[in-house]
Amino acid sequence: MHKDMDIKIGTLSKIEGHANLDIKIRKGKVEDVKLRVMENKRFYTQTVRGKPATAVPALVSRICGTCSISHLTCATEAIEKALGVEPSEQTMLLRKLAMYGTIIRDHAVHLYLFCLPDMFGADSLLDFAGKNKHMIGECFEIKAAGNALSTWAAGRAIHPAFSRIGGWSVLPKPENVRGVIEKLGHSREHALELARTFHECDWNFERDSQFIALVTPDFSFLEGEVCGTKGFCVPEGDYYDHLHSVIIPYSQATAYELEGKEYMVGALARFNLNKDALHLDTIRDCGKMLKTFPTGNVFSNNLAQAIEIVHCIDHATELLESITIKQEKPKEPELKTGRGAGAIEAPRGTLWYGFDIANGAIKDGHIVIPTAQNQIKMENDIRALVTELIGKPKETIVSECEKLIRAFDPCMSCASHFLKVRWL
Amino acid sequence: MMVFLESLNSRLPAWQKAIDFKYSKLLRKKNDMKVDVSFVEGAISTKDEVERIKQVRKACKVLVAIGACAIDASPSAHRNFFASKELNEIKPILKKFGYLDKVYPLSKFIKVDRQVPGCPMDEGKFVGLVEQFIKDGV
Repeated sequence: MHKDMDIKIGTLSKIEGHANLDIKIRKGKVEDVKLRVMENKRFYTQTVRGKPATAVPALVSRICGTCSISHLTCATEAIEKALGVEPSEQTMLLRKLAMYGTIIRDHAVHLYLFCLPDMFGADSLLDFAGKNKHMIGECFEIKAAGNALSTWAAGRAIHPAFSRIGGWSVLPKPENVRGVIEKLGHSREHALELARTFHECDWNFERDSQFIALVTPDFSFLEGEVCGTKGFCVPEGDYYDHLHSVIIPYSQATAYELEGKEYMVGALARFNLNKDALHLDTIRDCGKMLKTFPTGNVFSNNLAQAIEIVHCIDHATELLESITIKQEKPKEPELKTGRGAGAIEAPRGTLWYGFDIANGAIKDGHIVIPTAQNQIKMENDIRALVTELIGKPKETIVSECEKLIRAFDPCMSCASHFLKVRWL
Repeated sequence: MMVFLESLNSRLPAWQKAIDFKYSKLLRKKNDMKVDVSFVEGAISTKDEVERIKQVRKACKVLVAIGACAIDASPSAHRNFFASKELNEIKPILKKFGYLDKVYPLSKFIKVDRQVPGCPMDEGKFVGLVEQFIKDGV
């Protein structure tokens, strides 16, 4: 049995962005686990200062191409709250649809390209052959449907151009809706099949943690209260007051604790808290799979994501079937000075933006990223997993750690771009 | 990278016949750096990245800069324009993690053969370039 072992994984593969993992085992005990986010900082906390508030959503969208719609939508909400703008029903509907598109696309990338290869013993989805080859085409078909939805609603699937503070500068064309509905319809059976595949997977890793998510009445990722599985529940504007950031000296990212404890955000948290709000068609077709939740099994995050694709298809289809687009202009802010905060559910979990605005320019801003919130639990889970695996070959420990990290679906590009600043 | 994945939505079967995808950490663990064409996105911000981009250059015949950051360093180059207050705030981090004095485009350190502009990159131009590489055998 190995008493001492050093494991270094340089540049973890099949995740969003760059991270390294270092594990040190001494005398049969895990002495150290370091998950280092290796993405460079671009210092957005400093960058936004002094910029016109109206320009900031498109600027923070550049934090990450993958998550650009989430950053844009959440920053817009926080600025609107600061400046007293109440978006119209139509604007909220279009934001919902753009978010549904991004969730479909992001989850498909994560599940097919990052997770399925582990389940089928391949290095890449592109290597799938024989009876599994059809999954390659299905992955790209679902992704294309998500893209088509975001592109229709917001102009582009990455760094969308139609959204403004107060509304939409260019409205979508109702005559193009039919094509989007058809694409979503064709993807639905693939998404259900994907969910069944993850439901059959027996991987299990569980530790006692609180799960946190924005609980939205229609599971639409935009509005509600931030709640937890251990009784936590606050209005979204107050969420930041309950967090404290933990500086991790070896990583380029900040981590968070909620009231002094680790926690987890993401699809698993949303299902543990709010699965009854899923679309009725989704509940009808995924009823047996939904019995999995609530669960502490981190790998069930993958199943929750797959079912979320089905929900996004179902709810978006229902909304699109009856949509009419009325001509309206973005609402102008009533105030030039104010403070506001907003939370949304990004694909990887609760995303929070808070801004202090003076005379139309950002005085200070703060952003809480899903991956930064999961960082402490991720490290603690890896430590517990490696403890269970001591004595196993190094390759086994490495691949088990990689599988677990992928189940969290971290986004290192987002995680690294903020510095802890004092809220003045 | 995301636009690259989107461009595969309808083209993967055709491209898989013509292209051997040698290096993509996003898509696989085992990769081979030696390639005909490298597509590189992002700006150069640290000393390590200078070394890395030189290695990438050596290992390929044609290097394509992908997107605004690789071509112009912006929008990643915000810190190049910071006032002294902000620069002082970020100084300890720049030092600790081996950052360069400024953020630079790829062309500051290596020869760039082709580029695909935009943020995100222009998908049509990217697809056109790849198809041209396939047609010409690079």
